[in-house]
Amino acid sequence: MLAPFMHIAHCMEMPSHDKLIELQERANTIRRDIIEMLVEAGSGHSAGPLDMADVFTAMYFHILRHDPQRPMWDERDRLILSNGHICPVRYAAMAEAGYFPKAELARLRRFGSPLQGHPERTRLPALETTSGPLGAGLAQAAGMAYVAKMDNRNWRVYCIVSDAEEQCGLHWEAVQFAAKFGLDHLTCIVDRNGIQIDGSTEDVMPLEPLRPKYDAFNWQTFECDGNDMAAIIETVARAQTVQHRPSVIIAHTLAGKGVEFMEGDYHWHGKPPTAQQAVEALRELRTLGGRIEAGT
Amino acid sequence: MSGTPPAALEQPETMHLADYRDAKALRQVATRDGFGEGLVEAGRRDARVVAVCADLAESTRMQAFRDTFPDRFIEIGVQEQLLAAMSAGLALAGKIPFIASYAMFCPGRAWEQVRTNICLNQANVKIAGAHAGVSVGPDGATHQAIEDIAILRPIPNITIVVPCDARQTKLATQAVARTPSPAYVRFGREKSPVVTTDDTPFELGRAQLFRDGHDVAIIACGILVFNALVAADELARSDGLDCLVLNNHTVKPMDAAAVEGVARRCGAVVTVEEHEVHGGMGSRVAEILAERYPVPIEFVGVQNRFGQSGTPAELLDAYGMAPPSICDAARRVVARKP
Repeated sequence: MLAPFMHIAHCMEMPSHDKLIELQERANTIRRDIIEMLVEAGSGHSAGPLDMADVFTAMYFHILRHDPQRPMWDERDRLILSNGHICPVRYAAMAEAGYFPKAELARLRRFGSPLQGHPERTRLPALETTSGPLGAGLAQAAGMAYVAKMDNRNWRVYCIVSDAEEQCGLHWEAVQFAAKFGLDHLTCIVDRNGIQIDGSTEDVMPLEPLRPKYDAFNWQTFECDGNDMAAIIETVARAQTVQHRPSVIIAHTLAGKGVEFMEGDYHWHGKPPTAQQAVEALRELRTLGGRIEAGT
Repeated sequence: MSGTPPAALEQPETMHLADYRDAKALRQVATRDGFGEGLVEAGRRDARVVAVCADLAESTRMQAFRDTFPDRFIEIGVQEQLLAAMSAGLALAGKIPFIASYAMFCPGRAWEQVRTNICLNQANVKIAGAHAGVSVGPDGATHQAIEDIAILRPIPNITIVVPCDARQTKLATQAVARTPSPAYVRFGREKSPVVTTDDTPFELGRAQLFRDGHDVAIIACGILVFNALVAADELARSDGLDCLVLNNHTVKPMDAAAVEGVARRCGAVVTVEEHEVHGGMGSRVAEILAERYPVPIEFVGVQNRFGQSGTPAELLDAYGMAPPSICDAARRVVARKP
């Protein structure tokens, strides 16, 4: 029997009002970087990276115990991105956090770049794993969380998954595994943006009722607004206190969040903006940035 | 030229084989038993070794590890894709996972996880493929993996080993545990002759000259190495053919120098494996020789068919992998010599 996770170093502070504003501004910066990366690359996914900018900002700038100067620090929390196609948001957040120079972002999807079209660990070790083929991230995250528990380690594992990859059988194999071993080092965050390549998830292959599925598999379940910085951090803090069970946060997001002509439209799942659309998107995000700064 | 083994190969005498001609004296042990013993030894040597089992502890022989190191044994049930993907996570967090199922299901069912999560990721996972070949017997075609080498061979970063007997399977298991990269060890269900001894060396990637000769080079792997030795003796008696037998246990990376050496020595090759001839060990031999030293080749193995139920001996015979079929292939290849 594996021992329960003792949460020694996990009294995560809730951010102050000023810190929240700062986080929102960072998320906005990351969204602008995403648009610039995509238009520069000429291919890639738009909707998912934009809608997960708040979660990744919360992760890299408040939740994770990590050190960009020591990416392989043994005590770091592990962040696994299962739906690798939204990697522009991770790359942008990592650059913002100082893992590598921002200039690298312009090399997204380029030959020889560490920023592969889908993330590759051997080209950028701080990624923790290679991902893209859907449904396999939670399994790998669960393997890492098993080691954390087996060796009584203090680090946590966060796994970000898309909603559509919950159509994969392997994902649910991992859900069963994590429950059997009570992997309380593990928190899965679902990007519930409701879209996939061929349309809405509920049209393509319905996922609902989603939360009761995790309940039935003996996970501790949470839901939050995945575009509300305070709600994200508060919900992760609650998930950190769960013992003897893995936890899942269904983060309700708006696909393409921040760029109005993309929001909620599944056609933006897998394509980049044109140069003209990018100008429009960046103008919109700058206006949004101004509103955040003004605190409105 | 006679009396000089091909370059880079040792004399057969240094292999210290058992007297395989004395059928009664020869021990019969399943290669899977060698895996079970090797896994326990690997676990003793390195505390990072863990075993992950998909509901087949007894038949893959993982149960000895489970009983010796219960805290390092992980039972995950019938979830072979999870077996591969989750174990990549274990490896990335510092463990050396051995994962075992029937070869049909891992790598068979879990191919993409093996390819992406383990090999592309360079995760230090060891895959044990049990019940490989038609010699699984009565279970039939659904459980007889004869395609596993073909699906793994094109994947970079993986070592593929098909040891010749139980003792060599034990050594191969220990050897891959010491090598920090993905590996596949393939073995069978049935008892088979133990042709090596405690004095027989073993090194990953180094083929072994088990019998010298100059007419035909029989390049074999797995439990059929024994059949190759029997066939070579029969060919000497009945046809006066002097056949060389190479134990080509490491399919990837293959010992290309040895393969070229025996081809140059004999001018004709027969490959022998308990696997589909398309894409197996013999195919790699053909690729090497096409580049380096083309000679006539005959391929002994399963010929574009699925298996079926039967006794192991019946099946090896019916699918053309018993000694008489190897002899026929040698005669055919000799006739094709220019």
